[in-house]
Amino acid sequence: MKFSRLLGPLYYILLAVFLYLPIVFLIIFSFNDSILLALPLEGFTMKWYRAVFQTPELLTAVSNTIWVAFASSLISTVIGGMMAIVTVRYSFRGRKLFSSIATFPMVIPYLVLGIALLLFFNALGIPLNLWTVTIGHVVINLPYAMLIVGARLSDFPAHLEEASMDLGATYWMTLKNITIPIITPALLSAFLSSFTTSFDEFALTFFLTGTENTLPIYIYSQLRFPARLPLAITVASMVIVASSILILISEWLRTVGQVKRSIY
Amino acid sequence: MAQYSVVLENVRKVFDDDVQREDFAAVDGISINIEKGEFFTMLGPSGCGKTTTLRLIAGFAEPTEGRVIIDGMDATSLPPYKRPVHTVFQNYALFPHMTVAQNIAYGLKIAGISRDERESRVKDALRMVQLGDLGNRKPAQLSGGQQQRVALARALVNKPAVLLLDEPLGALDLKLRKDMQWELKKLQQLTGITFIYVTHDQEEALTMSDRVAVLSDGKIVQIGTPHEIYSYPKTYFVADFIGESNFIKAQITHSDSDGMTANFANQNYRFTCAVETQQIEGDTALLAIRPEQLVLYQDPKKCKSDWCIPARVSANIFIGSDERVEVALADGQKLRLLLRSSEKNQVGSYQEGDDVFIGIHCTDIRIFNQ
Repeated sequence: MKFSRLLGPLYYILLAVFLYLPIVFLIIFSFNDSILLALPLEGFTMKWYRAVFQTPELLTAVSNTIWVAFASSLISTVIGGMMAIVTVRYSFRGRKLFSSIATFPMVIPYLVLGIALLLFFNALGIPLNLWTVTIGHVVINLPYAMLIVGARLSDFPAHLEEASMDLGATYWMTLKNITIPIITPALLSAFLSSFTTSFDEFALTFFLTGTENTLPIYIYSQLRFPARLPLAITVASMVIVASSILILISEWLRTVGQVKRSIY
Repeated sequence: MAQYSVVLENVRKVFDDDVQREDFAAVDGISINIEKGEFFTMLGPSGCGKTTTLRLIAGFAEPTEGRVIIDGMDATSLPPYKRPVHTVFQNYALFPHMTVAQNIAYGLKIAGISRDERESRVKDALRMVQLGDLGNRKPAQLSGGQQQRVALARALVNKPAVLLLDEPLGALDLKLRKDMQWELKKLQQLTGITFIYVTHDQEEALTMSDRVAVLSDGKIVQIGTPHEIYSYPKTYFVADFIGESNFIKAQITHSDSDGMTANFANQNYRFTCAVETQQIEGDTALLAIRPEQLVLYQDPKKCKSDWCIPARVSANIFIGSDERVEVALADGQKLRLLLRSSEKNQVGSYQEGDDVFIGIHCTDIRIFNQ
C-alpha cells in the first residue's frame, strides 16, 4: 500500500530529473563565465548572450528558421484545415482512404521521409533551398494540423453549417460566419504546434536544405568547435524558453476551445 | 399562386453508401401534395425515411429520382439557401459563438435587412416565443426548452413559406413536450405558415397535425387526418403503430357476398356489417380493435353489442381516472380494455378470475392479413 502511494511522487521526481534538470543545467551554463562545460561554475556572465547577437551567421540561421517555421505552419494550417473540413463534414467515396493517406507521414521516420524527398527534388531538378525545407516541414505538419482542426470540428454538429445555409447563407458565407469562427482556436493551436515542430526539426532539414542553415543545423555544425560550445548552449536556452512560451499559448488556446465546447 | 405549398412527385432517394445494398432506397417513391398553411406530419419509426424526405425538401440532399416543387417552383436541384424553406433541427443547431439575438438575426442579416428592422423583428420574434429578455445570452446559457424556442424564432423571423421541423421536441421532457405541442400548434395557426413536421411519436402527430402521413420502409403507408389514421388504419402496421390495438387471431370459416364468419375463442362470429375484407388472403385474419371500444359486461343480458364474447379477467391496473383490464378469451388470446370510471363501469369492480362478457361492435373492427 505504502509503496504504491509512493509511485506517483517517484514518477514525478524521475521525470523532473531526466527531463527538466538537463534543461536547467543548460540554462545555468549559458550564464557561466567559462568555455568549459564543467562544475564548479566560474561566475555569472552575459557575454554569451551578447556574442549570440554579434554572430551574423547565427542570426541568419535564426531568421531562416523563423521564416521556414512561419511559412510551413501557415501552409500546413490552411491546407490541414481544409482537409479537416472535407473529411469531417463531407461523405464521399474513398474518404477513409483519403484520411489514411493524409495521416501517413506521421508514421514514416523523418529520416526516410527526408531521403525520399531529397530523391524526389533531385529527380525533378529542383534546387535545394529554404523552400524545399518548407515543403518538407509542410509534409510532416499537415497530418497534425488536420487532426487538431478535425477534432475541434467534429465536436460541433454538422447541422450548424446546414442551419446557416438553410437560413439563406451560401457555402462561402457559411464558411466565413460559422465554420471558421468555430475552428479558430484549433487553427491557432495547429499553427503554433506546427511552428514549434518546424523550429527545431533537424533530420528532414538536414537532407533538404541547400547552402542556407536553419538553427538546429547551425547548432549541430558548431558542436565540432569546442570554443563555440557555450554559444550553442546559449542559443539552445533561448530556443527552449521561446518554444515553451509558444507551447503554453497553444495549449491555452486548446483549452479555451474545450471550455467553450463543454458548456455548449 | 400555386395551389400547393409543397409537392413531392414520386421522390426516391438512394444514398451512395447504400448502393451495395440492392434495391435499398431510403425514400422509395413518395408523392405528397401539402396544402398552404397545413400542419402536415410525417410519422414513422426510425429509419422509415421521414427525416430524409424532410432533408430533400430542405435541399440538404437531392433526390435520386422525382421532383420537389415548393410554392409552384421546381426546387429539385436548388441549394438550401435558395429555397423559401427553413428548418428547426432536432438538436436545434444554434450557433454557439453568437448570442440568442444574433442567432435570430442571422437570416435577416444575410437577406440584407436594415439594422433597425432587424432589431425590431428580432424583438418581436423573441416575444412571440416568450423569451423577451434573453437576447443577450449565449445558447449554452439556456435550458433545452429555451434553446428550442430560439431555434423556432430563428426560423420564423424570416417568414418562410414552409417551416420544416425535424423531431423538434425529441430532447425535451414529457411535460415541456406537451406544453410545446400546444404552442407549436398555436404558432402555426397564428403565422399561417405551412408546417412539415417529422416525428416518431404518434401522440404528437395526432395532437397537432391537420394531416398525417405514416411512413414505413421509405414508403407512405397511409395518409389522412389524425381521425382517419386512428379510426381507419389501412394496414396492420398502421393499426399497430398508431395508438394501441388488440389483435384477435381468427379463422375465416365462411365468406360470401353478404359478409363473412370468423371463428375464434371456439365460436363462430358472423359479421353483421360491411367490413373491408378485400385484401384478406387465405383463411386466417387479424381482427383489430381499440381498447376503448371494447365494453365489459358482467351480465350477458345487458350486452347489446353485435358480439358478446365470454372471457375471464386476467389482470387489472388502476391508472388515475381510468382502469385497464386484461381479459383472456376461451382460446387463451388476451384483450386489453380501457374503462372510463365515469361510465357505468365502476373502477375496481372487476377482480382477477371474474367471468365477464366483452361487447364488440362490428363497425369498430378492422381486418388485416396476419
